[in-house]
Amino acid sequence: MAKVTIDGIEVEVPDGTSILNAARQIGGDVVPPAMCYYSSLKESGGKCRVCLVKVTQGSAKDPRPMPKLVASCRTNVMDGMVVQNITSPEVLEARKGVVEFLLLNHPLDCPICDQAGECDLQNLAYEHGAAKTRYEEDRRTFEKIDIGDKIKLHMTRCILCYRCTFVADQLTDNRVHGVLNRGDHSEISTHIEKAIDNDFSGNMIDVCPVGALTDKTFRFKSRVWFTKPMDAHRDCPKCSGKVVLWMKGEEVLRVSARKDQYNEVKEFICNECRYDHKDVKDWTVEGPRHIERSSVISQNHYEKIDLLKLKKEVERQLEFQKGKPLPEHNHSLNA
Amino acid sequence: MGKKLLLQNEHIPGINTFDVYRKNGGYASVEKALKTMTPDEVTEEVKKSGLRGRGGAGFPAGMKWSFLDRKSEKPRYLVCNADESEPGTFKDRYLMEKIPHLLIEGMITSSYALGANTSYIYVRGEYMYVIRILEKAIEEAYAAGFLGNNILGTNYSLNLYVQPGGGAYICGEETALLESLEGKRGNPRLKPPFPAIAGLYASPTVVNNVETIAAVVPIVNMTGDEYAKIGIGKSTGTKLISASGHINKPGVYEIELGLPVEEFIYSEEYCGGIWKGRKMKAVVAGGSSVPILPTELILKNIKGEARLMSYESLSDGGFVSGTMLGSGGFIVLDETACIVHHLHTFARFYHHESCGQCSPCREGTGWMEKVIHRIEHGHGHMSDIDLLVDVAKKIEGNTICPLGDAAAWPVASAIRHFREEFEYHVKYPEKIKNPKHFEIEPFVSEKNLVTA
Repeated sequence: MAKVTIDGIEVEVPDGTSILNAARQIGGDVVPPAMCYYSSLKESGGKCRVCLVKVTQGSAKDPRPMPKLVASCRTNVMDGMVVQNITSPEVLEARKGVVEFLLLNHPLDCPICDQAGECDLQNLAYEHGAAKTRYEEDRRTFEKIDIGDKIKLHMTRCILCYRCTFVADQLTDNRVHGVLNRGDHSEISTHIEKAIDNDFSGNMIDVCPVGALTDKTFRFKSRVWFTKPMDAHRDCPKCSGKVVLWMKGEEVLRVSARKDQYNEVKEFICNECRYDHKDVKDWTVEGPRHIERSSVISQNHYEKIDLLKLKKEVERQLEFQKGKPLPEHNHSLNA
Repeated sequence: MGKKLLLQNEHIPGINTFDVYRKNGGYASVEKALKTMTPDEVTEEVKKSGLRGRGGAGFPAGMKWSFLDRKSEKPRYLVCNADESEPGTFKDRYLMEKIPHLLIEGMITSSYALGANTSYIYVRGEYMYVIRILEKAIEEAYAAGFLGNNILGTNYSLNLYVQPGGGAYICGEETALLESLEGKRGNPRLKPPFPAIAGLYASPTVVNNVETIAAVVPIVNMTGDEYAKIGIGKSTGTKLISASGHINKPGVYEIELGLPVEEFIYSEEYCGGIWKGRKMKAVVAGGSSVPILPTELILKNIKGEARLMSYESLSDGGFVSGTMLGSGGFIVLDETACIVHHLHTFARFYHHESCGQCSPCREGTGWMEKVIHRIEHGHGHMSDIDLLVDVAKKIEGNTICPLGDAAAWPVASAIRHFREEFEYHVKYPEKIKNPKHFEIEPFVSEKNLVTA
């Protein structure tokens, strides 16, 4: 076991836990955001750099601070480690920078993007982004690609988190897609647009933090915040069969796997559950899905509202926004 | 004449063949090491020599070797990093092309010291003709019994392979190189674990630059203590410098570390002064990634002491007034050179070579390139200059591998030392339309005009 202090809060975690997971044990605002790390996918993380934190004391044995900010998702805790996340202005500054980089080539087509409302990048940009971009040039664009008959790839929206390639590596046999090219021309692609068809390929959609991979059976059907997520299950020989039905009235618009508060799927579902059972009769509905994340989809008023909690959340947001200076033009940034 | 340890025999005709190389004292270090020394003793000599990595970072080679996990049951590997692709650096190519056996000899001696039975030389794909030279040399070494099973009748065996890379700058980063060597996409790995613990095929691995490995030969021949006497302070031995740019005699020079920079640039033995009788404007002292310095700061440091060609002296003053020895790619710019144009070349290179794995580098290098392009072509705004500084700051230190830093440092330093030239580009877009604009109308600092 290792004792680690994150933003002044001490927590004890097993050896080999990452700083990010230790922070998740504490919960709340000290949890660094994560765009590429995915707890159920091995070797994911370390790429997006939004989870950077400052290690002010390496361990009890070796109290030297780490020279650079470290990716909390891939740095393991040591006994006696002291970490600063939201208490370090340097971390917040770097994070703001990373969010700006992520949005640089992102088309910001949220009004026509199916992911809007449940998009990690949207949430991240809301908390850490600047209101105005400093980027004047054209954004890089790609053609939309159909990968298989069920998944649409909008490479233009991709932030290259590599999660979907890990799904391909770890969940499905016969991997047919990966990353082509390099730098800001890198793209997720199949080999000569070969279709991705195997039983678990649909999970690529769920792990995608942005709207780069979308479910073609759901595209443009409805904004997510107009749908009502319901927990449901069925007896499935291939997977756990535990899903969320996104419903409008009695109609099932979309089936997805269940995501936890960090927007991560723990139990992946098969394509049959995802695409072929869009009838409520096929499912045993358990009840409304509770969505903890501070997202617009959790604001739907079909669940019993905890007014106290809602008030607290609104106050927290107002407090957070107050603390942030209005984005000025960069005259003051001269180093 | 400065002391030469690597290139002293380069003038001998046929030195690229085994026979001539052997006749001129070649492979002596292999004989000495295998027959009279234990692997640990060889490592000890390298440690004593104070040899520092010649690839750019200058990390002590002996220390790197001692980090190798010798308790592991997995095989150990030595990988030679010959993916030399830093703009301005061409010393490794010269060495491999002229004296390929020196590298092979170094590989055998070093592999013996590290207990590696399989070693690789990872050469960038553009050096295809060098690969052929190396393969021929390796064949000769096998035929002479210096490679293969039971080298020189001892029970030490070594197989040496040459692996061509695909021509990506990023594969010069040691973990990306290992990924590429394993047959994967050359993306840098997250560290830790370091290659010394889990490198090639998750086994303990040492990755060294060509010149570092070649330097092991004289170290073993002359002992580490003797080697440490050459050079200055912690910068021991000799260093190959690839001199290019606006000088009279560009080329690869072997210098003793500690040579004054001024002597290196102006003496007839080395660069032979600035071409066309012009004045020097700036120097990039160690390959494109290191900060650029104006004449007054490269010849003397901020305290007024003469700067020497050594790791310590060049980095004196940190990044505010210093630079780095880096890989020894010494680029000299004369007074007619345009820093913005020059910087754009570098920025374009890093934009092209970023692997695209982590966001600050993937997006930031492209952004910087576009902004510099804009300034260079007369479409910039004054705020762009501060924007560049800010973007560079947000990339630096926040990336997986040092490519992000390498892209950010030249930008930050060019603006730090030559801000007025950027302002000139923004203010007078009509004057900079011709690419040789400073040749037609020399750049004059407006600050001086006002004060004088």
